[in-house]
Amino acid sequence: MLKSAISIQNMRHQFSNTAVSFDGLTIEKWEVGIAERVFLHGYSGSGKTTLLNLLSGILVPDSGDIFVLEQKITGMSNSDRDDFRAKNIGVVFQQFNLIPYLSVLKNIELATYFAKNHHINVHNEAQQLLKKLQLPTAILSKKVSQLSVGQQQRVAIARALINRPRLLLVDEPTSSLDASARDAFMNLLMQICNTTKTALVFVSHDVGLSHYFDTHIDITALCQVSKVNVIL
Amino acid sequence: MMLFSLAWQSLLSRKKTAILTFLSLTISILVLISVEHIRLQTKESFNRTISGVDLIVGAPSGQLNLLLYTVFRIGSPTNNISYNSFSMLENNELVDWAIPISLGDSHQGFRVIGTNESYFKHYHYGNNQILKFEQGKAFSSLFEVVIGADVAKKLNYNLGDRIIIAHGIGRTSFSKHEQAPFTISGVLSPTGTPVDKSVHVYLSAIDAIHLPPAMLTKLVKNPTATPPATKSITAVMLGLKSKFSTFGLQRAINVHPSDRLMAILPGVAMAELWNLMSTFENLLRVIGALVLISSLFGLSTMLLASMYERKTEIAVLRVLGASPTVILFLILLEVVILVSLSIIVSFLLLTLALLGLEGWLASEFGLFLSHNIFSEELLLLIGLIFIATLFVSLFPSIEAYKNV
Repeated sequence: MLKSAISIQNMRHQFSNTAVSFDGLTIEKWEVGIAERVFLHGYSGSGKTTLLNLLSGILVPDSGDIFVLEQKITGMSNSDRDDFRAKNIGVVFQQFNLIPYLSVLKNIELATYFAKNHHINVHNEAQQLLKKLQLPTAILSKKVSQLSVGQQQRVAIARALINRPRLLLVDEPTSSLDASARDAFMNLLMQICNTTKTALVFVSHDVGLSHYFDTHIDITALCQVSKVNVIL
Repeated sequence: MMLFSLAWQSLLSRKKTAILTFLSLTISILVLISVEHIRLQTKESFNRTISGVDLIVGAPSGQLNLLLYTVFRIGSPTNNISYNSFSMLENNELVDWAIPISLGDSHQGFRVIGTNESYFKHYHYGNNQILKFEQGKAFSSLFEVVIGADVAKKLNYNLGDRIIIAHGIGRTSFSKHEQAPFTISGVLSPTGTPVDKSVHVYLSAIDAIHLPPAMLTKLVKNPTATPPATKSITAVMLGLKSKFSTFGLQRAINVHPSDRLMAILPGVAMAELWNLMSTFENLLRVIGALVLISSLFGLSTMLLASMYERKTEIAVLRVLGASPTVILFLILLEVVILVSLSIIVSFLLLTLALLGLEGWLASEFGLFLSHNIFSEELLLLIGLIFIATLFVSLFPSIEAYKNV
């Protein structure tokens, strides 16, 4: 039985924003329990998105270890990490989560294709997810470019959940939604995570959303974003 | 299958640029394969001109000169050989058959060839095909003539028509052998060789029409009278009983004491002639290749430009678990789809064009192009196009690969 969704030890990652200065991201220790829902907030440029990319394995830290679902993703080969992400982690970005020229169904199918999740009936599962997300099932055959932004974000959630991941990483999904759409979206997200028992790391600079979550973490408290001046 | 449909949808989403790139690729591939097809066909029809002849014997000049006037009927002979030499060759024990050729006269710009029955029996072209008669038969009397298919078509001649032969080879000759009209006894089937443009008469008829007018008139009135003896002819085509004796006989002819003779191997002379034309041939190929390269750069530019708008799309695929290699493969797949479509369409267009223009090409240029464009060389060319395309599109793909 899994206990930990995320575990980070002595991780250090440097990333270059400009040619002149390098920002570093250092986390000595961080644990997220299974089915825990974490609200991660911080100002823009504090490294939130970088942290999500590290957790999903798109980026690899310079040193230290990251365990996701008790698997050491920092020790995996590149292709194993891509595979692991496809099967176990759902990711939703701020915007542009979907491939605009494909239909909604095709977008969701793509997630099952890369996760090599061939045995599921994508059409039925997607219909159920869309119902839970209060979307009409007729949009399955629509092109993504025909949907509103709010609908696109909900489809992105459905796409992220289709492989029943144990960890969902969400990056400011509400920033392009108005207040009422945002609250509806948050309620749905929480409901779904409750029923699927998925661990959730939700990144936002909007502290007004924090009441939906069990755990609140300020990213500056979690890690020390250090500015290192490099002599060129 | 999923990746294929993804690549296809991605192309469709950029319809305008994709169609423009497709058109530019199609046109350039069409140019390239047309040039290559015409080149191969020209070479083939050139090599079809004569077949089965082991040696051509004429007065000493250059081997190209001898080949040009005997086989291609271009240019004029510098000197003649004596008829005795022909008899000597015909009776040589190594020789299977001998065709005499006498040139120098013309009919409305078409060359007149003095020869005998063995021309229709032994002259071969193409894959050892013998001449066939479309209508009528070979000449059987002095003032009968057999014309090639082009002559009949251009001048609208039929069996039994009477024609007049002019002295010299110009289209408008001042000296015409008007007292001696010839009757058409046969029309040959089209061959796609210079035979189509030839007018064939008896060897002795050539001598007859050059007789003084009084004697000629007498001969025309009484065609059964013995024609004048032939003193000289232009060349002889020889078929040998055994190919192994070719070189020996060639040497023997070249050093023959009583007449100055030169024997050439048609195959060797043909190869030399084709080599002369290879500069033009290569020029055509270079132009075709340059057109293709420029449109491949166009393809590369389109891909590079699309990489910027596709950044988010690639990020989405990465998040879903697509490895950088899959991204690279997807972009190359798009290119392969585009190029394959272009190749298919250009092959279809070329086949249609060949079918449609067949009659016109044959009648205007005497070009007989095959509709079957799937030759080994063209398949090789397609392979090369694919390799070149993949090579060119590798740069933008690697760009995408590095940026993920």
